[in-house]
Amino acid sequence: MTTAVGERLDAEVLVGLYERMLLIRRFEERASEYRLAGHIPGFLHPCIGQEASAVGTCAALRPDDVILSTHRGHGHMLARGADPGRMYAELYARTEGYNRSKGGSLHMIDTELGFLGANGIVGGGIPIAGGAALQQKRRGQGGVAVSFFGDGAVNQGAFHEVLNLCSLWKLPAIFVCENNLYGEFTSQAEQAPVPDVADRAAAYAMPGVIADGNDVLDVREKVLEAVGRARAGDGPTLVECKTYRHRGHYEGDMCTYRPEGELEQWLERDPIVTFPARLASEFGVAAEQLEAVRSRVEQRLDDAAAFAAAGTVADPSETLTDVYVDDIDGKALR
Amino acid sequence: MTRIRFAQAITQALDEEMALDEQVILLGEDIGRPGGSFGITKGLLDKYGADRVYDTPISEEAIVGAALGSSMMGARPVVEIMFNDFVVLAMDQIVNQAAKIHYMTGGRLAAPLVIRMLCGTNGSTAAQHSQSLEAWFTHVPGLKVVAPSTPEDAKAFLKAAIRDPDPVMFFEQRMLYNTKGEVPGEVEPATLGEGRVVREGTDVTIATYMKGVHQALEAAETLEQEGISVEVWDVRSLVPFDRDGLRASLEKTGRLVTLHEAVVRGGFGAEIAAIAAEEMFDLLKAPVARVGALATPHAYAPQLESTMLPSVARVVDAVRSVVGERAKVA
Repeated sequence: MTTAVGERLDAEVLVGLYERMLLIRRFEERASEYRLAGHIPGFLHPCIGQEASAVGTCAALRPDDVILSTHRGHGHMLARGADPGRMYAELYARTEGYNRSKGGSLHMIDTELGFLGANGIVGGGIPIAGGAALQQKRRGQGGVAVSFFGDGAVNQGAFHEVLNLCSLWKLPAIFVCENNLYGEFTSQAEQAPVPDVADRAAAYAMPGVIADGNDVLDVREKVLEAVGRARAGDGPTLVECKTYRHRGHYEGDMCTYRPEGELEQWLERDPIVTFPARLASEFGVAAEQLEAVRSRVEQRLDDAAAFAAAGTVADPSETLTDVYVDDIDGKALR
Repeated sequence: MTRIRFAQAITQALDEEMALDEQVILLGEDIGRPGGSFGITKGLLDKYGADRVYDTPISEEAIVGAALGSSMMGARPVVEIMFNDFVVLAMDQIVNQAAKIHYMTGGRLAAPLVIRMLCGTNGSTAAQHSQSLEAWFTHVPGLKVVAPSTPEDAKAFLKAAIRDPDPVMFFEQRMLYNTKGEVPGEVEPATLGEGRVVREGTDVTIATYMKGVHQALEAAETLEQEGISVEVWDVRSLVPFDRDGLRASLEKTGRLVTLHEAVVRGGFGAEIAAIAAEEMFDLLKAPVARVGALATPHAYAPQLESTMLPSVARVVDAVRSVVGERAKVA
């Protein structure tokens, strides 16, 4: 196929996008099971339903780009190519985990992939992304910084401050709002009078575009355009991905606040269902090929979970390591 | 040795570190052409250019975020927060993000940034431009906290803070900006976590920092005439804190008064007193006395504010009281 920005995508790339999305979906579903089985001690905020915005965005990036994520960040990290084994190890609180068991779901990073962290504070990653974009500009290599956040975060002051600053300084930042219609337990409509987050871009003299957040190709294309502007020195873009989370704010949330029928409507647009159907009907991808993807994903996650389960529990002596890079002979620890 | 103002010492430290390392960048409100509200960065924009000196909008959270994000990718940012009263607008980025990034990531990321903040009253600067909030930051693991009292220390500790691999909160007391002191031609970075005996004495230790050091020296003069020998110990670095230095001083004096302009309640003096009580009780001949501001916001009216602030007279009284305790115990 040829995209609106004029590049050709072959079936292999498209199947790859599906595989990433499926990996995220199954990673999250399994994490929920592993938590119920008692393997995961902390919070989980699953991104089930939002896989297309994560994969579509990351498919538009280069290796030297960096990403700041959110409390719902597993998908962004996997979309960037992270190892699900080290991610499960982190969730299982094992030292083989990405953060050596000191961060958990909310603080996971992979510096080699330029994934500079999930975040436990709604909107907390946005200012850091501004700084990452500043350093990208100083480096002058064309790298960008992507800031993921939800519709809840756009009501934080940080959002306003950082979009203003980044637009003023023409920093190579891409602000990707995954509008899943809920900030925690309250609908977007009850939290803000502006239904389209993209409209807010006008206040900062930057382009604001809306993507179908459940369509991985649409997201990819919109983010590619934004990345193109950023790399060219034309400053940031606000990309709003309209999407929906199938699960609650966190695992265990019963979602009693949702109107009847809303979830069912969105399930009809589930990217994990619609995209492979498109691959088959529009791009002639064979059923066996899709089946092969599914079994690869399950195998990979079996291995990942086994890796985590076999991991090491941190020694209590590590409680006081990593507080400082230089704790000045332990003086700073007392 | 040259005699320079405290404010000049800060400028020199910034200038020298910027010359040494092109990753040292400055961020803050009005710090470009105007040189900041107090002229500290004057000339640095012209000298180093707009990709080293970033004059920002009035957006403290975005400023500290810009410092944090860039520091995680190799920059060594120094932020100027005009008054420490304004730092509250950036607390998420400091307390939840910068302080914890190294730990949360299992040591894989670091945030080598400095936040310079003006603190303390300048006389009738009232409730939102006068506070001394240093103790707050000592409560947060992951941050280092520095509070120099002389031009030489200001320069040496700021250089150390900029080269330090961790986030450092650097306090500059407004009332000290125009004070002068001798500074050697070459100043090496200080070692964080080392206090300093400013005046030797045998009866009472006053543990203090920033302007408190100067007040303590004045009080010591008065008390000397009464036959009380005061040791003035400059804390300089709150985190890390020099326990050995405190112990060495208490071994000589056995009595402790803490002094800072910050409110006494929950102030850093409480931490010093607790360290002494917990770890050096055997050395203490009298209860510890704390001197600081009364627990009220800063008033605008000079006569109200001066009632609230710690005065030399109050320091003298506190020293007398702990010496009196010795008499009772004996």
